[in-house]
Amino acid sequence: MSAVTQDTAVSTGRIARVFFYLILVLFALFYMLPLYVMAVNSLKPLSEITGGNMMALPRVWTLEAWASAWSTAQIGVEPTGLRPYFLNSILMVVPAVAISTVLGALNGYILTKWRFRGDNWVFGLMLFSCFIPFQIVLIPMAVTLGKLRLAGSVPGLVLVHVVYGLGFTTLYFRNYYAAFPTELVRAAQIDGAGFFRIFWRILLPVSGPIAVVSVIWQFTNIWNDFLFGASFGGTSQPMTVALNNLVQSSTGVKEYNVHFAGAILAALPTLFVYIVAGRYFVRGLMAGSVKG
Amino acid sequence: MGFLDIRNVTKSYGPVEVLHRVDIAVEEGEFLVLVGPSGCGKSTLLNMIAGLEAISGGEIAIRDRVINGVHPSKRNIAMVFQSYALYPNMTVGQNMTFGLEMHGVPKPERDKALAQVAKLLQIDHLLDRKPGQLSGGQRQRVAMGRALVRDPDVFLFDEPLSNLDAKLRVDMRTEIKKLHQKLGTTIVYVTHDQIEAMTLSTRIAVMNKGFVQQLGTPKQIYDTPANIFVATFMGSPAMNILPAKVQMQAGAPYALITDSEGAPQFLRFSQGNLAGWEGRDILLGIRPEAITDPEGADRKSANIVALRNRVTVTEPAGADTFVTMTLGGRDAIARMRADASAAAGQEFDFAVNMEKAVAFDPRTEERIAP
Repeated sequence: MSAVTQDTAVSTGRIARVFFYLILVLFALFYMLPLYVMAVNSLKPLSEITGGNMMALPRVWTLEAWASAWSTAQIGVEPTGLRPYFLNSILMVVPAVAISTVLGALNGYILTKWRFRGDNWVFGLMLFSCFIPFQIVLIPMAVTLGKLRLAGSVPGLVLVHVVYGLGFTTLYFRNYYAAFPTELVRAAQIDGAGFFRIFWRILLPVSGPIAVVSVIWQFTNIWNDFLFGASFGGTSQPMTVALNNLVQSSTGVKEYNVHFAGAILAALPTLFVYIVAGRYFVRGLMAGSVKG
Repeated sequence: MGFLDIRNVTKSYGPVEVLHRVDIAVEEGEFLVLVGPSGCGKSTLLNMIAGLEAISGGEIAIRDRVINGVHPSKRNIAMVFQSYALYPNMTVGQNMTFGLEMHGVPKPERDKALAQVAKLLQIDHLLDRKPGQLSGGQRQRVAMGRALVRDPDVFLFDEPLSNLDAKLRVDMRTEIKKLHQKLGTTIVYVTHDQIEAMTLSTRIAVMNKGFVQQLGTPKQIYDTPANIFVATFMGSPAMNILPAKVQMQAGAPYALITDSEGAPQFLRFSQGNLAGWEGRDILLGIRPEAITDPEGADRKSANIVALRNRVTVTEPAGADTFVTMTLGGRDAIARMRADASAAAGQEFDFAVNMEKAVAFDPRTEERIAP
């Protein structure tokens, strides 16, 4: 009797599981569709796109569109390709991510382990900055950058993104360090370690997961930002602005294959960061929320 | 003047004073235990010695050097925390020498000190492990090792055994006592466990509500508690505190107390100075082990009083049997030999060792000193 019930239980489980996997695969395929279209069309000559099926595989495989997008395509008035803008973005995103993450970690460290009167208010105000939309800070930011003579430069963009990202990075590190036992800091104090030594030797070595969260978050946001780049980029505009200028140009033939290649180029770095650090991302987000 | 002087130290948070005029002089090599219930201020006092909390009033000195305002690392103290506070990213060896490294001690000397202490605590085989790979008892040893390596003037222990299971706690207690006897270090130890306080200390400070209730050797604290709080906090089961009246007979003071039937019983005091209390109410304090069966009574005592009373409950606890009866209208507990024949509901002949009895003023709850 029991053997029979068990048997049916297993077989229903198997059927259900096949069904679930089928649905999941379908969703995954559906989700991958835009990437497929982009990749496939970026590898075709333009004539194949204008003359036929977007979904079809290329009849003639070519990397011409990629080369053009990278180094010769018309961006605005200059035929430079996306390469110089890609470099601008790298020059902007690396220092901006590094500085905002380090400052966020220091803020979190101070707000949890060197508490002072009104520290919760300070944290509350910093948290508040996470909810301010980009558009609101455009004009005050323009004025500030003008006064600092940083308008239209990469350092200016770095400053904007550090200021804007600080609320988030502080939030991450503060919540992470709140779960870190304060007795350890006290023990280190008695052992004779100072403010920075405790941070460097005791807290930073265990901050890996949350640092990954902060880096991914900041990298994605800063790399993908368009509004600040377009507003304050000046002569050193980032990749996103250049991609817009490439795709939105209203003169000449629309080179869809080049546009697709350019769009993939613009998305590659964030994709790379996710693939390399992604598995720490969830771990870091979960850390601190549940003890143990 | 002692080795570690706590002079009139107070602690306030805003207008609230949580620690009132604590005055303790600790001699070199002494093992002082601060004991009391939660919130009595014992940990606050320890943190003030460590420099982790500011001193609101008075001063603390080590070797005659006032250390108010001196950074924790410059006080030449080491502390063992309740959670051990081992650095999770460092190996045991790195954990133990971190303090020396921060104080600029060169590597060869650090290694030498580490090897010495690791051998002493029998943790030499663990030096390359991370704290996460250690058991509770091993972590406890490492935490003590980290303090020992520094060779400080004063060791501070903040409830170091309360995270261990019962068996290990007893073992580590002995271990700490051995270590103290061997090294002769000066220790200030905080605990809420009165047995730890009794077994480990050379002197105990019993604290309650921010006051030091009594400071003395374990024997003084146990035999002559300064007040009812100390009497009932130290000792398990607690001292029996029984309402009684003083009556003089032929020049000697007696405690007049009602038994389970409400009939008066007379217990002669050994203490002679109670004539002034004649006819007045007192609280009579008798430890459970001072009420026994006649065969189990202390032969050396000069004042054993017989008392016949009805037994309410008996609780055999293996080594002893605890017998509850009604005395002075309250439950009184007697500690008998395991094979004493007392049975619930029956009358039984008890022997009360009145040499060990103490009398308290019911109004102030202070002991009436002989």
